[in-house]
This record gives sequence, C-alpha cells and structure tokens, in this order.
Amino acid sequence: MTLDLFLQHLSNGISLGSLYALIAIGYTMVYGILRLINFAHGDIFMMATYFAFFGIVTFRIPWFITFPLVLVLTAGLGMGVETVAYRPLREAPKISLLISAIGASFFLENLTIVLFGGVPKPFPAPKLFTDVVQVGAVSIQKLTFYIPIVTVIALLGLMYLINKTKTGMAMRAVSMDHETARVMGININRTISFTFGLGSFLAAVGGIMWGMKFPQIQPLMGVIPGLKCFIAAVIGGIGNIGGAVIGGFILGIGEIMLVAFLPDLTGYRDAFAFVLLILILMSKPTGILGEKTAEKV
Amino acid sequence: MSLLKLTEVTMNFGGLTALKSFNLELAPGEIVGLSGPNGAGKTTVFNVITGVYEPSHGQIFFMEQEITGMRPDLITKAGIARTFQNIRLFKGLSVMENVLIAHHLHLKANYLAAMLKLPGYRREEREMRERSLALLERVGLADLRDEQAGALPYGMQRRLEIARALATNPKLLLLDEPAAGMNPKEAEDLTAFIKEIQTEFDLTIFLIEHHMDVVMNISELIYVLDYGMTIAGGKPAEVQNNQRVIEAYLGVNEDVED
Amino acid sequence: MAEQKRRNQILTTVSILLLLGFIYFAENYLDLYIVRILNVCAIYAILGMSMNLINGFTGLFSLGHAGFMAVGAYTTALLTMPPAVKQQIFYLTPLIKPLDQMNLAFPLALLVGGLLTALVGSMIAAPVLRLKGDYLAIATLGFAEIIRVVFTNTQSITNGALGLKGIPALTNLWWSFGTAAFTLVVLLSLINSSYGRALKAIREDETAAEAMGINLAKHKTLSFVTGAFFAGIGGGLLGNLLGTIDPKMFSFMFTFNILLIVVLGGMGSLTGSIISAFIVTFANEYLRFLDESINLGFFVLRGKVGMRSVVFSATLMFVVLFYRHGLMGSKEFSWDRLLASRVCQRMQGCFKKRLLKGGYDQ
Repeated sequence: MTLDLFLQHLSNGISLGSLYALIAIGYTMVYGILRLINFAHGDIFMMATYFAFFGIVTFRIPWFITFPLVLVLTAGLGMGVETVAYRPLREAPKISLLISAIGASFFLENLTIVLFGGVPKPFPAPKLFTDVVQVGAVSIQKLTFYIPIVTVIALLGLMYLINKTKTGMAMRAVSMDHETARVMGININRTISFTFGLGSFLAAVGGIMWGMKFPQIQPLMGVIPGLKCFIAAVIGGIGNIGGAVIGGFILGIGEIMLVAFLPDLTGYRDAFAFVLLILILMSKPTGILGEKTAEKV
Repeated sequence: MSLLKLTEVTMNFGGLTALKSFNLELAPGEIVGLSGPNGAGKTTVFNVITGVYEPSHGQIFFMEQEITGMRPDLITKAGIARTFQNIRLFKGLSVMENVLIAHHLHLKANYLAAMLKLPGYRREEREMRERSLALLERVGLADLRDEQAGALPYGMQRRLEIARALATNPKLLLLDEPAAGMNPKEAEDLTAFIKEIQTEFDLTIFLIEHHMDVVMNISELIYVLDYGMTIAGGKPAEVQNNQRVIEAYLGVNEDVED
Repeated sequence: MAEQKRRNQILTTVSILLLLGFIYFAENYLDLYIVRILNVCAIYAILGMSMNLINGFTGLFSLGHAGFMAVGAYTTALLTMPPAVKQQIFYLTPLIKPLDQMNLAFPLALLVGGLLTALVGSMIAAPVLRLKGDYLAIATLGFAEIIRVVFTNTQSITNGALGLKGIPALTNLWWSFGTAAFTLVVLLSLINSSYGRALKAIREDETAAEAMGINLAKHKTLSFVTGAFFAGIGGGLLGNLLGTIDPKMFSFMFTFNILLIVVLGGMGSLTGSIISAFIVTFANEYLRFLDESINLGFFVLRGKVGMRSVVFSATLMFVVLFYRHGLMGSKEFSWDRLLASRVCQRMQGCFKKRLLKGGYDQ
C-alpha cells in the first residue's frame, strides 16, 4: 500500500469517524441524563436527511436555508419523541423505558416507509461540497475535509454550552442526580427535553453530512449507524462526551482500515463494531474514559 | 477459637477511605454490636465480610478459612447470612417464596431433576417447604405466607428478612440496623427476639445499630467506628463513657451536660 | 377445595381433548392458509415463552433471540433437506462435508438444532451475562447481529445471502402445537421449582439473591441456555414451515416481534405469551389490508406498504405506556380466575337464567 493510498483511507476514516462521533454524542448525553439507550436516535438521524431532501428537492429551498431549518426541525423531533415516548415513563421500570425506545424507533422507521416510501432517494448534495480536489496522486472530495472541520466547530460549541452556560450546568446537575437537581430548583423535564434537542441537533448535523457523503437515503439507513454509534459511545465510556468522540473515531478509522488492509473481511465490516463492543465490555465495561462506580448496597 | 476474624481490613473507593485498618474477632456464640455515626463505614464492614466488596487491604477469616474477596454466594454457603439496612426482600414474590429461595443453596437435586420433577427433587422440595413453614411460624408470619412480601408492614418485613437469612442455615448472622425506623416498644420486642433466635439457632450475631440504647441492651461487646476507624471497643458500659465516642456522636461540644 | 381441584382437572382434560380434536380437524379439513397461520401462532408461542424465561422471569434484558432462532432454523433445515436439493441450491460454493449427505429424522434434527443453539447460547453467556441492563441488551443484540453477518458470509455452510430454499415442509400442527405444549409444561415446571424461584429472586434483586447464596452466573446461564434451546427449536419449526430461510429474516425486527408478544402477554407469564402469540399472529394477518389496497366498489381505499408495522410499533408503545403489565401481568392462566372473572360471571348468570326460564332447573 502506497502512502498516498494510506492517506486517502485515513482521511476517509477520519470523516467517517467524525460522523460517528456526532451521532454518538447524542447517545451518550441521553444515557448520561436518563440512563437510557435512545434506540430512536438513529432514526432521528435518518429523518434529518429526509427533511433536507424535502427542503431542497420538493420545496426548492436553497441549501443554506434548508440546512439550518433541518437542524431546528430535527431538534424539535427529538424533543417530541422524548415527550411522547419517554416522559410518561419516568417512574417506570427501566425495561419499560427501553421497550418504549425500541417501539419509538420502529414507529419512526415504518412511518417513514408509509409516508415517503421504501425506495431509496438521492440526497441533493450541493456541488460546493461534493467537488473533487486533487491532493498529490489521489483525488478527494472536498467534503472529506469539511466534515472534520464542521465536527470540531460543533464540538467546541457543545463544550462551551455544557461547561460555561447555565443550561449546561443544569444538564450536568440532572445527570448526576435527578432528585437533588430538582431540589436545587432545576426544571428536570425541560432540561431533559433540551438534552434530547441538542443531541438530535448534532445528529442532524451528522445526517446532512452523511447524506452528502453517501448520497442515498432510505428509511432504514439509521439502524446500523445508530447501533454503531451507540457502540462508539460505550467504547469511549458512556455518559462521557469526550469518550463518545474518541469511540466514534476508533470505530470509523478502524472500519475503513479493516476493509483496506484485510479485504477478505469486507463482508464482516458490520460485525466489526459488535466484536469491538464485546471485547471492550469484557475487558473494561466502563469504556475508555468511563469511571468506575460502586453500586450502593 | 475465633469464628470470624478481620485483620487490618482497609477499603478505599477511589480517593475515599471508607474503612481503615479494621480489626475484629468474634468468638462463637457472642452478640457483638457495631456502632458509630452515619457514614462511619459500618455497612462497609458488612459488605467486605459478605464479599460484596473486595477489601483493598487486609484479610478476612471465617472458621479459620480465608474468605477475603470470595464470591458473596459462596460466603453465604460457608455460613454467613445478612440482612440489609434498607430491607431488600424479593418484593414481588410471596412471603413463603422469600424463605424458600433462601433454602435453594442447600438443594442437591440438579437443574434437570428439578425441571422434570424427579422423585429426589420432590422430596427435597417437600422438606424445604416444611422447614420454611416452621421458620415462618417461629417468626409469626405463617398466616401471611401467601402475601406479597412488599405488601407487608415495615416491622414484619424486617422479621421476614431475618427469617430469610436464617433459612440459609448460618453460623454467623449479620444484622444491618434491624431496629431502624422502629418505635421504642418495637425496638424492645426486636431485641428480645434477636436474643431468642441467638440461643435457639445457636448463632453468633454481629449487628450494626446506631441507636445506642438498643446496641447497649443487646451486645456483650461493642465496636464504635468513626470516619472508617475504630475509635472504641469493649463492654457497653466502658464504651458509653468513652470520651471519643461521645464526641463522635455529638461533635466536640462544650455544651453537653451529661 | 378438593371439589374445585377436581373441576379444574376435568376442565383441563376436556380442553386438551378439544384441542386435539381441533388439530385433527384443522389438519384434515381446514384451509392451508389458516393451518399455516395456526402453525405460526404455535411457533411464536414457543419463541415468546422462551424469551419470557430470560427476560420476564430472570430479568435479563436479552435482545438476541433472532440469533438463536437463526442457529436453530439453519441447523434443522440443513439436517432435513435431501442431499439432492442441497446440491442444487449450493451452486456457488458447495456445502461442506459431511453436512451435504446428512439427513436426519425431523424430531432428531429439531433436537440437534435446539442443542446446538443451547451450545451457542452458553458460549455467549459467559461474556454477556456479566453485564447488566442496557449493556446486556446491546451486547446480546450485537451477538445476534454477529451471527447474522457470519451466516451471510459462510457460503459453504449457510449458502450466504442466498439462503436455503426447498426445505421440506415437515412442520405440521401436531409438531408445532405438540412442541408448544411441551415447552409450556417444561417451563412451567421449571419456574415453579426451586431453580425457578432462584431465577425470580435474581429478577427481583440481584444483590439480595446473591446474599442468599444463589450463584448468579450459574443461574443466569441456565436460564439463558434453556431459553436459547427452545428458541432454537422454535426456529427449526419455523424454517421447516416456511420452506425458505435467509439471514435477512433473522434481523432485529424478528426479535422485536417476539418482544411485542412477551410484553403484550405480560413479562413473567408463560400462558400470557401464548395468548398474545395468537393475538399478534392473527392481527398480523388480518391487518394485512392496511398494506394492500381495498376496492370498495365505488372507491378504492389505497393501502400503504408498512402501515401494518406502524400499527404494530404504535401498539407496543401504547402497551408499554398505558398498560405496562400486559394481558396477564406476571400471573398464569387458571380456571379459578377465569371462572371468577366478570365476563364469565355474567355469562354464567345468563346461562342460569335461561335454564330457569326453560324450566330445566332442579
């Protein structure tokens, strides 16, 4: 393998990893605050691409207006899912919550099939992003560079929000302890809702870029990336945003490199994440950045 | 011969030392109290003895065998049973089932024999039921055997938890704040009950209690913990007058008259 | 008391005889389509009960059922397909020896399928059962996906993505209902035994169960492996009913369907799983119109593909949100409760009144 080729794989891995990271953050934030795998998160990501499709293709709204609209709509969708499917179950056993999450996920997928059809649609990627540039001997889409840059900007914004603002402080407090946070005068429901909105917003950022990178959208496109990104969050240490980013990159780069170096295993690409998950869970169940917590007896 | 022996047991959680160089020796047939203010590390002592936590340092011996860091179920099998501070019954199951479950560890029939209800298993099941019923009669819960455990009144739940622990056929019984939340009359009854079962089942009892009157009344020896360290140990009367114990309970305070 | 017991015994015996009569009738006289649905009902009942053992009785949130079914279905199918058919199907990569020549009787093949699934279950159990709650859920789901990916890629054993075709249609109502009844009897006996109580104790409170001397790893593994065994047999019956299987069939969607049955019937109720298996399967068939267009003569009502699934997922959420304990909660079916139920009381009342009117009353 030539260096050029390696670099091409690496840049591919980094941009895929960036997308995984953006989606994984949503899982990790929701898990941190509700101790719940939001199975519907992958489908919210899928919906974002449909929103973009309808904005640009059906309503002919220019992309620079559509994309921000998509982000807002998707955030709203995430909050809606939380209100309908999770909020009524705050006091219920966890298993009910998890089942409701699975139900919400399938509901969104099937609703998309009914409303928009099961046939894949082409994603209307603006030319600006899909242009190809020549770097040395290899040609790379401009997008491959934009994705990590956008991801970094989104991450910086997120860090600021969580660490420097009042809302961020409320989020951190609620994820520590619901009761105490409530006593401190924090509106729990609003904070949880905001967390879902924020996670979905980032999923939409990822979704739009995903649509440009793999320009074909269909109702079940969120399932596998959704599972993988949850795995990324677990690998990094669930509940930890930095961990989700690291997990996302490990998974993205690892997958691309697996296929690049061991082409015989291409068919097993989708199993890679699960194998990695099981290895991590067996050796360090709390993930790379997770902290060990002792159960109170 | 000592029944239970802890030498220099230390338990760290991250940077926090919940228990520091704790030593203890229980002789068979004793009732020993462990006291101290909230957060002193009392329950941690129970958790390291029963294997819920593996101590960071030190060793634990039960009947001359080392049990440090052994799996909780094996420790129970070896003869140490416990109750929990915040009552951990199998709430959704019946009173009878709660006691029957505690007999399970002595079951000899294997999984298939039980699934196929082979004669050997049937006999064991019958014996288990008889023993459980006898135990429930002893603690006065036989009439309530088909009730859901979680639906019992608080005091009865405490009794059921003790009955369940007894069903494992222990030599050493650890009681974690058995009188918590009880009024003085109930606490008195409980004290009498604990003394009775101690002789009846030939037990050694180690109990946590931070109500000083209960622990004074029942124990032959008392250890007092504060901030994970033993600050006093001895006969109830000695401990009661120990300056450090008084300070630990009341804080250093000149206003204390008696 | 004794009288009641006798009455219940009689009722049970009569019901079993009626069921046997019905199966005989259905096998010989009923429409093939209905027979097929009934077969699916019984198989889903088996799958539901086996998942309920793991999830409802032991409290392990396992989402790996589709993987277990796949192992059972492929094993039984490969062991019952005639060598000639195998040769015909495996035209890309030939089937490995000695599988290509092997041919077992159906019950034996089912048993081997179940045992092999149990073996796979026991291998998965060691790493995943150390995990709790969501982690367990995602790890079991992961294993099911790995099984699916492996089956897609091991051409020489599973024929890869093409799947198996021409599996002999050996599953009939006697086999499916018989196996369902066997599963019910065995699992009922298990959950009422000391081991079953230990499993329930683990569900209620792991720490307390361990403090009562219950070996968590051992008992969780027993439950998991037993569940896997019956799921494997269920899968085997299904493969030999449908005639074709491929890896896509055994996706998470399948696990989800079984989960719906378990939740609707009541986590911790075997008879609940059976009842809801019938409801869900029949509903699935009768809601087909949602996916198809209906011609009302003057007006064509356009169905939409996927509408049925929307209704299904909405049902699951509805059940969890508003009706968490399902049809049966954690209780089993009993004649006493059925006869004491309001509907039944009213029916008895009507019946008696009519008898009085007719003057038959003694």
